[in-house]
Amino acid sequence: MELKDYKGIWIFAEQTNGVLSGVAFELLSKAKELKKTSGEDVVAILLADQAGDMPQKLLNRGAEKVIIVESPELKDYKTIPYAEALYELVGKYKPSIMLFGATSMGKDLAPRAMAKLRTGLTADCLDLDIDENGILVQTKPSYGGNIMCKIICPNHRPQMATVRPRTFDPLEEVENASGEIIREAMKIEAEPDFEVIETIPDVKEGVDIQDAAVIVSAGRGVTNKDDMKMIEELAKAVGGVLAVTRPLVDVEWYGHDIQIGASGKTVKPNLIINVGISGAIQYNVGMQKSKCIVSINKNANADIFGISHYGIVGDYKDIVPALIEEIKKEQH
Amino acid sequence: MKIVVCIKQVPDTVDVKIDPVTKNLDRTNIVGVINPFDKNAIEEAVRLKEKHGGEITVVSMGPPQTNESLREALALGCDNAILLSARELGGADTLATGYTLSRAIEKIGAVDIVLFGSHAVDADTGQTGPIVAENLGYRQITFVSKVEVEDGYVFASRTLENGVQKVKAKLPVVLTATKELNKPRYATPIKIMKAAKKEITVWNHLDLECDMDRIGLKGSPTAVTEIFEPKRDNKINMLKGSPEEIAKALVNKLLADKLL
Amino acid sequence: MLFEFTEEQKMIQKMVKEFTENEIAPLDEKMDNEGFNYELWDKIKENGFLGIPFPEQYGGSGGDPITSAITIHEIAKGSASVALTLDAHWLAADTILHHGTETQKEKYLYKAATDTIFAFSLTEPMAGSDAAGIQSTAVLTGDEYVLNGTKAWCTNGGVSGVYIILAKTDVNIGFKGISAFIVEEGTPGFTVGKKENKMGMRGSNTTELVMNDVKVSKENLLGKEGDGFKIAMIALDGARISIGAISAGLAESAMKIAKNYANQRVAFGKPIAKLQAIQFMIANMAIGIRATELMTFDCAKMKAQGMRHTKDAAMVKVFGAEMAMQSCKDAIQILGGNGYSKDYHVERYLRDAKLLEIGEGASEVLRMLVGTTELNS
Repeated sequence: MELKDYKGIWIFAEQTNGVLSGVAFELLSKAKELKKTSGEDVVAILLADQAGDMPQKLLNRGAEKVIIVESPELKDYKTIPYAEALYELVGKYKPSIMLFGATSMGKDLAPRAMAKLRTGLTADCLDLDIDENGILVQTKPSYGGNIMCKIICPNHRPQMATVRPRTFDPLEEVENASGEIIREAMKIEAEPDFEVIETIPDVKEGVDIQDAAVIVSAGRGVTNKDDMKMIEELAKAVGGVLAVTRPLVDVEWYGHDIQIGASGKTVKPNLIINVGISGAIQYNVGMQKSKCIVSINKNANADIFGISHYGIVGDYKDIVPALIEEIKKEQH
Repeated sequence: MKIVVCIKQVPDTVDVKIDPVTKNLDRTNIVGVINPFDKNAIEEAVRLKEKHGGEITVVSMGPPQTNESLREALALGCDNAILLSARELGGADTLATGYTLSRAIEKIGAVDIVLFGSHAVDADTGQTGPIVAENLGYRQITFVSKVEVEDGYVFASRTLENGVQKVKAKLPVVLTATKELNKPRYATPIKIMKAAKKEITVWNHLDLECDMDRIGLKGSPTAVTEIFEPKRDNKINMLKGSPEEIAKALVNKLLADKLL
Repeated sequence: MLFEFTEEQKMIQKMVKEFTENEIAPLDEKMDNEGFNYELWDKIKENGFLGIPFPEQYGGSGGDPITSAITIHEIAKGSASVALTLDAHWLAADTILHHGTETQKEKYLYKAATDTIFAFSLTEPMAGSDAAGIQSTAVLTGDEYVLNGTKAWCTNGGVSGVYIILAKTDVNIGFKGISAFIVEEGTPGFTVGKKENKMGMRGSNTTELVMNDVKVSKENLLGKEGDGFKIAMIALDGARISIGAISAGLAESAMKIAKNYANQRVAFGKPIAKLQAIQFMIANMAIGIRATELMTFDCAKMKAQGMRHTKDAAMVKVFGAEMAMQSCKDAIQILGGNGYSKDYHVERYLRDAKLLEIGEGASEVLRMLVGTTELNS
């Protein structure tokens, strides 16, 4: 088996209960881009109980071929039947690249398949390119994102990677796109020793600001207590929690438990949006290590901009409703 | 019950930098600690032992200083510690590491449960657990937030993106632990003193009867060609325009960075 | 520091550091406001801290004085109050370890190592530095001693299960008439008196003790009649090493806050860390902390090797306490107005630090000790 015999850019089309995950479309989009350099076919791999309209949807989003394996044993995601199905397909079709979403399913399945195939896998890629030798170059973060690595799998096939959702943008949907749909007949062994008992979706509840991944923080720049309603709504819209600076606690708008700062709590969320906060050192020391700091302030010289990643000079009364509007749009 | 916990020693901080001269990771002042999620794995192993009886072996592949972490694992309640170390094992990627670990687990023999942390905070791959599961032919349950064992079955809760999944799997299994699984205990001074006196077994590739093609650099399909620090927006990105334009630009950026 | 800790000591240091950062330090401010935290101390007990210096046969971890110093040092970085409480507990229980009969050791050391806080009480309302001037009495009546008197400034008073009480079995011969007794909480006539409203170390409980015909078995005399003063002085030697450790830890916390602030606070166009006045204050702190650490661990090593260390322990305490006071004062000054606010913690550290110059041997008394020892050598 020569490396050059391996051709095809495969994406694992993750689905749950007959609904394709958005990450599948994102992967297709990137695969099409990689095709520009490698010239290889973009193929979506679908494992399901019943494929239904999913194959067409995949063609509509950029797949040139869809290979389907249907079996009742594939209804719920189970590691071993899925990994074995992929193993068989790879053995038959020999793709050079195989991409998965770095989702809980992808991160469970990809390494298992990779170990079966004894090839290389790079997790959580933020970028993918084909280099001058036709090899996939995978860029991924490590050390919590502080260091980026470029990784290759030069001598083994397929070159496997998982990609974080929302890394790439999906292509616009094309109606009734043409392409090949291949139904693979494959005997899938039942897996009675592994059972999915139930899946319970999340219900949002109160979170300690120190545990929150996203925070919207309000300060003395918010002049009117009624304005806090829109800021609370923003917090909800971004899936985060509300926090405040000391002045807002002093005037008893909120309790000390959500105060950020030297005399409050220290937080390190992935995202913090500062609204009407000047950026006094007493506040900054409580949140300046946050991964992404967005600050909104009327004053272009506010100290908060010195520690922010994104700055908006403006009136929160205009910016906050616009943000809420935009986020609501994105969610649909 | 025979339990194995696989741990990795990682730097005590992820705030690492690249040495501008060597272009490699600047390892000065880096202290090695047990990977935080591995602590959850150890804690769960100890709880399972407290409930069901049995023996816990903690295993780690790494250079000699990994012993410090193995000792800490002993002080936390593991019974035996094994270090997998040899020059030939070095330079391994996840496939080679997973192979080496599974050789060790096979050598220990008759292991019912293998516990890993969900991922290591340095390499951030989360692959080693499933690779070992495949090599051993064990069922795997990743991202567990709750574990019960009853009548030869594991009942576990898995953390998904937007919910919790309850699964049941027959032993033997490989589990990867999330932070939500438990609150790791502290090692007590008495346990520390006892652990300090315990001997740590060292196995190399010969003890493990490894296939030389599958270990170390040779056994690693992937290679890192370059490391670099991401372009930090130390320069603030000021968003301009109408409120609607600003909102659109910001939301797009935040979605792309997976922050929303 | 080139001081070589053993593997066990390094592991214990790591564990204590982690525990302090996660469990103790976050509560220091709360304890300053609300006092002794029973829930925290339950955790401290559960995690085996009480028994670190005691032999394994009595339920301890078999640590040596260096291990104890490491522990106190790390805890003090999170809370001087908690470190002081542990220091006082060890000081008291140590007297039984060194002077107790096998029966007494078996009866009391296991408790001290696992779940009971101990207290040591010498000082009285009218007698502090002048220890020989205590007025509590212990009169042998049949098989019992009857104790009467009032004790003051007992660290761990009110939260302890066992008290080491110093009282006079002979009131006519000065300090030679002092004896030590093991008194259990709840003994009829033995009551915890008023709780002191202290300037600092407010997470540590300090009370008066009132003894009204407290009947204590002969079996609870520690050592022989008249041994009390010697027992107390030996115990204080060890305690003073702990004070050195507390001084170093407390000063380090103050310096950390001062450094962070100085590097961030901008005045006259640049961070104040660029100003010499600030640099000099930080330098003094760093120098003092390093010196105190070296003195403390060196003295702990002397104790571990069974060497007499009375003068050295006194030196450690005098130096460390004054260094801690100065460091905390300077930290406040570096923070300027903010240093005067409780929100920045350094004022609490200063209030905590003052005790170090007073209790367990006032600096004046210790200078007398060191001076006379030096002059007579």
